[in-house]
Amino acid sequence: MADHSDPNVPWKTLSGLGTSGLTAILFLYFLQFLGPVAASEPVRFVWDWIPSLDVSLSFYIDGLSLMFALLITGIGAMVMLYAAKYLAGHKHYDRFAIYLFSFMLSMLGLVLADNLIALFVFWELTTFTSYLLIGFIHTDEKSRRNALQALLLTATGGLAMLAGFILIGITQGTFELSELNAAGTLADQPFYLLILILVLAGAFTKSAQVPFHFWLPNAMAAPTPVSAYLHSATMVKAGVYLLARMHPSLSGSDVWVWTLSIFGAVTAVFASFMALRQTDLKQTLAYTTLMALGTLTMFLAGSSGYAITAAMTFLLVHSLYKAGLFLMIGVVDHSTGTRDANVLGGLKSSMPITAAAAAAAGLAMAGIPPFLGFIAKEVAYAGALEMQLMIFIVPMALVAFALMFAVAGIVAYKPFYGPQGELPHEPHEGPWPMLLGPVVLGVLGLLFGLLPGISAYYLIEPAVAAVMGAPDVGGRVKLWAGFNLPLLLSLITFALGFVIYQRHLALRERLAHIEARAADLDAGWDRLLEHFVTYTKIQTRLIQTGVLRQYMFATFAVFAATVLVTLMARNVGGISLQFAGLSFMEWGVALLILAGSVLVVLTSSRIVGLVALGVVGIGVALIFIMFSAPDVAITQLLVELLVVVLLALAFLKMPNLDPSGSQTHSFPNAVLAVTVGVLTTIVVLLVVDQPFDRRLTDFFEAASWTEAFGRNIVNVILVDFRTLDTFGEIAVVAVAALGAFALLKGFARARDARGGDK
Amino acid sequence: MNSIIFSAAARLLVALMFVFSLFMLLRGHHLPGGGFIGGLIGAVSFIVYSLACGPAEARKALRISPEVIAMLGLGVALLAGMFSFFMGDPLFTGQWYWVGGDSYETSAFSINTVLVFDVGVYLVVLGGILSLTYAFEEET
Repeated sequence: MADHSDPNVPWKTLSGLGTSGLTAILFLYFLQFLGPVAASEPVRFVWDWIPSLDVSLSFYIDGLSLMFALLITGIGAMVMLYAAKYLAGHKHYDRFAIYLFSFMLSMLGLVLADNLIALFVFWELTTFTSYLLIGFIHTDEKSRRNALQALLLTATGGLAMLAGFILIGITQGTFELSELNAAGTLADQPFYLLILILVLAGAFTKSAQVPFHFWLPNAMAAPTPVSAYLHSATMVKAGVYLLARMHPSLSGSDVWVWTLSIFGAVTAVFASFMALRQTDLKQTLAYTTLMALGTLTMFLAGSSGYAITAAMTFLLVHSLYKAGLFLMIGVVDHSTGTRDANVLGGLKSSMPITAAAAAAAGLAMAGIPPFLGFIAKEVAYAGALEMQLMIFIVPMALVAFALMFAVAGIVAYKPFYGPQGELPHEPHEGPWPMLLGPVVLGVLGLLFGLLPGISAYYLIEPAVAAVMGAPDVGGRVKLWAGFNLPLLLSLITFALGFVIYQRHLALRERLAHIEARAADLDAGWDRLLEHFVTYTKIQTRLIQTGVLRQYMFATFAVFAATVLVTLMARNVGGISLQFAGLSFMEWGVALLILAGSVLVVLTSSRIVGLVALGVVGIGVALIFIMFSAPDVAITQLLVELLVVVLLALAFLKMPNLDPSGSQTHSFPNAVLAVTVGVLTTIVVLLVVDQPFDRRLTDFFEAASWTEAFGRNIVNVILVDFRTLDTFGEIAVVAVAALGAFALLKGFARARDARGGDK
Repeated sequence: MNSIIFSAAARLLVALMFVFSLFMLLRGHHLPGGGFIGGLIGAVSFIVYSLACGPAEARKALRISPEVIAMLGLGVALLAGMFSFFMGDPLFTGQWYWVGGDSYETSAFSINTVLVFDVGVYLVVLGGILSLTYAFEEET
């Protein structure tokens, strides 16, 4: 892994400072909205995108999207600066900077989009850019595999979500989120359940809820800045964002409450045990991120003011401390060469700034006053006590928060205090671009806690108002709420957490035993993919036989069957044949065509068959001339000519036809040919029987000269009225020619390579 | 094919047919013809030449490889279609400019994207068919 750069390599590159600077400018731009949005004045920008499909590029800035936008740009700027140093000298660093910057823009689009379709597009863009970022170390097979896993899983969920969005659009008549949310809940609408399941599929895969969680720890194969940015602060929160964004429309039913409570709680508790079990600190953090995502989902199940306030406060504090901790682990890894919890210790003296930043983040994570984390925990308990499934939520939250307390100790305390282990490198303090992020984030966690009024007014309460779809009463976010039940629960959490931290080594061993016996979803995923590949191979072998004759047979058989079924189902009337009034010329051409067709079937010589086919073609061209369609006739003649030339060239390389004329496939082929012929004739006769609709003809006759300045209607249609069709057709011609060319040349080259006869 | 008569005649025929194909292309908007027919005739002219003198000679006469011609044509057609987009009309709307007047009747001639598009069609058909035929011929 090319994870560790040389400290002497210059890192102030254009791509690093440029992307970081632009992101910082975006952050400053979004800061100006803080005031208006806090005064409950959401901002909306609209551009038409695909008006015929009701898809517009509309952006909506309210409390929720603004909080996300600030997190994305603020943390983004610091992570990009960090990455510039972290990956300095990496030969693909420029590529990395572009990926990270495009990810930032997609994520920003996701949280600001007001149109569901636009939101979906940005959603998939984040999936795609994160695929590139997870697989950045592309020489490592595991990294490629994990990137693909994340891509497949989240993109599948995304597609389900798209189906849900389209259902919403069809049933509600709008794709605009602001209109949908203003209209209130969809719970009593038809298709509500289906919509909910589809949208949740997208949100749960993106936000890695159990049982779709396994891609997230695997995604840690990415370089540390990516983990800090995508897999803690931003992308994985997209699912949570969606739940919060659509809360006014989708909540309000028991299904919503139960589904979110259970998935969220199970994810939170499962993940916090798993976090304790890990020894790689990056993996530990990955699982605590899962825990946070579960907690957020769990609180979004509720609709009370405290539950939503809990979700929003926790969202804010988690983004701050988790990004900080990830960046801090990166610094430690960079400096000591290891992330193993068993080895690290006593780094405080050699890395004092890192230790301080880690302490700030750790205290916020553990929920110690006066950090914002403490307030988040208090509000969370208050919210849990108000929830519909209180009896289930409160104990689950208690376990998760206590475990998180212990994990905070493992991640932020243990590496810096106590005896120093055997380290691969002598530890030294990290460079400033890498320290800036952890320090700023740590300080913010403390400041927001010390000034709860300001953070609530500008950030948390507008977001809560946006989620609840109504102005927030406020006043829930405060450092000291008096002696109450949440405070008692907090004290229990600290006690329990401390006990767990003391015994975490023994507990880790027990957990490892349990994990070894539990079902491994990650391996199951690989098996699933293997089965899928086997299935597709079988399918390909069944359908793609590689014999042209069988393809033709199948095509014509399907054609005959569909026409036959349609004709029988429609119960069409009789067909009248009128031979009277046919001129001598017309009889002659008809007989010519008939004679040609009979000869093609009966001959045993390819050349004779080819010439007879040419006769048929020229007969058809004659018919076009008789009915005054010179353009079509000329084209037909030329195409006939080319067919003869091409087939003659091909025949040079083909064996002679079976001289006895008794080919094995003759009989079914004959039956099919006759059926297709008879059916086509019937259809043509039926069409001719209908009165001729002259509307289009009249239009083209009238408009061809006045609007398109052409007298040859056929050509005017081709190059003016129906240009897009023509463009499609010539694109097909070009691609088909290229494809055939590649095949022919490819065969020739393969044969040369084998040294065969040429 | 080693026929002196054919190859001698082919040289004359090819030039005539090729000029004729351009003639068909240009008159297409008012009389039978157009890019598709013109392209087919142009392709046939070079196929006759290749039958008379061999594909290597025919490739040399064409100067640019037929695959490139086809892709070039696709690009020309696309640009002709996109031009209207930059002028504020929907994609593929024909754009007309009258030289020496302000309508068809009063102007000496017109410059328009429709003909450019037809030239694209011509090139795609010419290049597509020739790349196929030459590859076939060279197989032997």
